[in-house]
Amino acid sequence: MKQELEKRWVKGPDGVDFEVEPLRDYYCEAPPTVMPAAYSKIIEGLFNWARAESLWILGFGTGCGAIEMRPLMTPRFDAYRYGIQWRPTPRQSNLFVISGYLSVKTLKRVIRSYEQMPNPKYVVGLGSCTINGGMYFDSYNTITRLDEYLPVDVYITGCMPRPEALLAGFEELKRIIRAGKGEGANQYAERFDWYKANQKRVIHDWDMPDYNW
Amino acid sequence: MTMQPLYQALKARFPIGELTEQRPDLAFITVPREQLRGLLLHLRDQEGFTHLVLLTAVDWIEEDRFQLTYLLHDRKGARDIGLRVMLPRQAVIEGAPMESIHDLWPTAATYQRELREMFGIDFPDSPGVNEDFILEGWREIPPYRRDFDTLKYSNATFAPRPGRESQDPAQYMKAQLYPDGA
Repeated sequence: MKQELEKRWVKGPDGVDFEVEPLRDYYCEAPPTVMPAAYSKIIEGLFNWARAESLWILGFGTGCGAIEMRPLMTPRFDAYRYGIQWRPTPRQSNLFVISGYLSVKTLKRVIRSYEQMPNPKYVVGLGSCTINGGMYFDSYNTITRLDEYLPVDVYITGCMPRPEALLAGFEELKRIIRAGKGEGANQYAERFDWYKANQKRVIHDWDMPDYNW
Repeated sequence: MTMQPLYQALKARFPIGELTEQRPDLAFITVPREQLRGLLLHLRDQEGFTHLVLLTAVDWIEEDRFQLTYLLHDRKGARDIGLRVMLPRQAVIEGAPMESIHDLWPTAATYQRELREMFGIDFPDSPGVNEDFILEGWREIPPYRRDFDTLKYSNATFAPRPGRESQDPAQYMKAQLYPDGA
């Protein structure tokens, strides 16, 4: 376990010693729970419409696909006109774009970031690498299938997909959310043990808490 | 421009192996392991090769050797020279150490750390050489060794999605461009 996660005594700025146990103090101890739908179908429909029009992308580029985000968020393709914006922290975003190949080392950071995002949250897999490994299908260090580790709502094919393809993918995601099928976060909660087992099978030095929120 | 004058000058001082001239401004010399340090110092301080471009390894599994390549650059003369050092493969796998050159070029420490992780070539004196470099929690043999089967490892570890097809590009394009087999 990492040193900063171990139980220890710390001297505060006011000179008082206090005990810190990071895994209990800083992280939740319970697994994620399924978020039930609203009490009425009309209300849930309204919620889903609002969710579809409020997509906040986490600014986390995992592979070469991150380069496609720059023309998208700038005037050339201007994704902001579709109500899609980028945020710098996972606490403020609800859409995770896995932009291309994902190494095991990055997967660890991706899981931490994904779990810190508030519900409901969505994942878009960008490019062939997230679907079947793409050109890294035989790499010793790159996962070949994203949906083993995170629930994926939409895949966008291509190597690399153009920004137009991304915009089409986001529109597709909006349709999915409006239809009430964007249930990735609930899927993750329901099959939490399965996802964790898959993640731990490839991440050998698991030195972080199981529940990262 | 040619590297011959430099090679002759070096040969007069050091017992070095053959010269491979890749380009007029790029040549490789095979060097016995004991001569490496003296030769690097001489090239750096006397001949103007002040920049260590890279330090990398090649796994000649058929010949049972590891090749270390020290590539140096002479900025003023706009030329590069590569020194090849051959190591016995089996001895290296069993943990035979290699001399570190981090005191000649501090950047070498990073290369040596990478070689330790990716090929398993040990440089015991190099600072931080045993820390994780790129891989985290790696359990198999070092992945850049030629006897490590990456496809087999990937299939066993990463749950590949069924339905993937591969084609030989030459055959595939031939069938596309000349469907009647002309």
